[in-house]
Amino acid sequence: MKARSALLLGSLGAALVAFALTSPRVVAADKVDPVADAKAFQNFFFQKFPNVKHEDFVNGPYSMNADMKRQWQEKEEFPPYEFALDAGKDMFTTPFKNGKTYADCFPNGGIGIRQNYPYFDTKEGKVVTLELALNRCREANGEAPYSYVKDEMASLTAYMAFTSRGKPMDIKIPDDPRALAAFENGKRYFYTRRGQMNFSCASCHVQSPGERIRAEILAPALGILNAMPIYRSEWSGMGTTSRRFVTCNSQTRAVPLEPQADEYRDVEYFLSYVANGLPISGPGARP
Amino acid sequence: MKWSFVLAMLLAPMLALGLAPAARAANEADYKAAYAAADAASKEAAGLRHQWTVTVSALAAAKKAGDGGDFDRAVAAAREAEALAKASIFQATSEKEAWKAMEIR
Repeated sequence: MKARSALLLGSLGAALVAFALTSPRVVAADKVDPVADAKAFQNFFFQKFPNVKHEDFVNGPYSMNADMKRQWQEKEEFPPYEFALDAGKDMFTTPFKNGKTYADCFPNGGIGIRQNYPYFDTKEGKVVTLELALNRCREANGEAPYSYVKDEMASLTAYMAFTSRGKPMDIKIPDDPRALAAFENGKRYFYTRRGQMNFSCASCHVQSPGERIRAEILAPALGILNAMPIYRSEWSGMGTTSRRFVTCNSQTRAVPLEPQADEYRDVEYFLSYVANGLPISGPGARP
Repeated sequence: MKWSFVLAMLLAPMLALGLAPAARAANEADYKAAYAAADAASKEAAGLRHQWTVTVSALAAAKKAGDGGDFDRAVAAAREAEALAKASIFQATSEKEAWKAMEIR
């Protein structure tokens, strides 16, 4: 009887110790911790590709393949996005009908600020992307908004990205539960499988960067937005971040969301935050 | 004996063809029922933000065939759309937790 009680007490004690040891981990795993997430995200890629310089991840597939990188470097002498840059600068500096310009809507006159977008607007309680901010600027000045997936928006963001080239991505997450929720929502979107192909963003850009999908080499997720907007040879034109998300969804046979849907804004927030410290390289060029 | 066997072999398929009930062609009511079920599942998937492009295409094909009076084709396409929509609903439901398995920690 004594032995039985001792065994029972011992088991109970062991169970309590096990519970005490495991329960804080469960709590920690469920807690939103963007700093830890960004560190783990970057380390994953740094360890997976130890020979790639950290700042080179922003060059997407070119950081994964030496031949492609050489071709790209030659192409950069006469980059295909040059026309968009010129058009973007022209649009950016041309006054609206009311005499104001985009510079009036942004800090520092809109120059060299790309690395701070998207940001979390504590008044609105939502993520604001650069594309969204540009259209809001247009509407506030009596102009019609641009399509989020067409050339005008790509040209404008190309010019603004160009003025930030080399600056490290610097996304802030304010001490606001809504900002943490937006980050978490973006993370969830990034890892969630969707479409008939049952692919998540991570299926290609975490599990398979450097691998081929048909004729293309997949880019790593780390720094993938630092190069936006991009000229894609496949599109024979420029593409915005919105266009990239919409196209990725379609390719997995998922019905894309509307451009600048909350989910897209949040995933842009997540991906940009985990790339903090890596340089802006946009506008980019991709096959 | 031999002739009776040959006769039986000849008659059997004829009887089978003549007497067995042929598969009934779908009518408009079948199409409407199949389409309504597919449409409901599709709307549920869309509400979950997990709609598939192939579901939309299959639903459109069902409607086109139904509008053209080809109810066999319309029912088949509607059933395909319903199956696809249900698969996407399953995906949406399972991914509520399953995404965490992919997360970099």
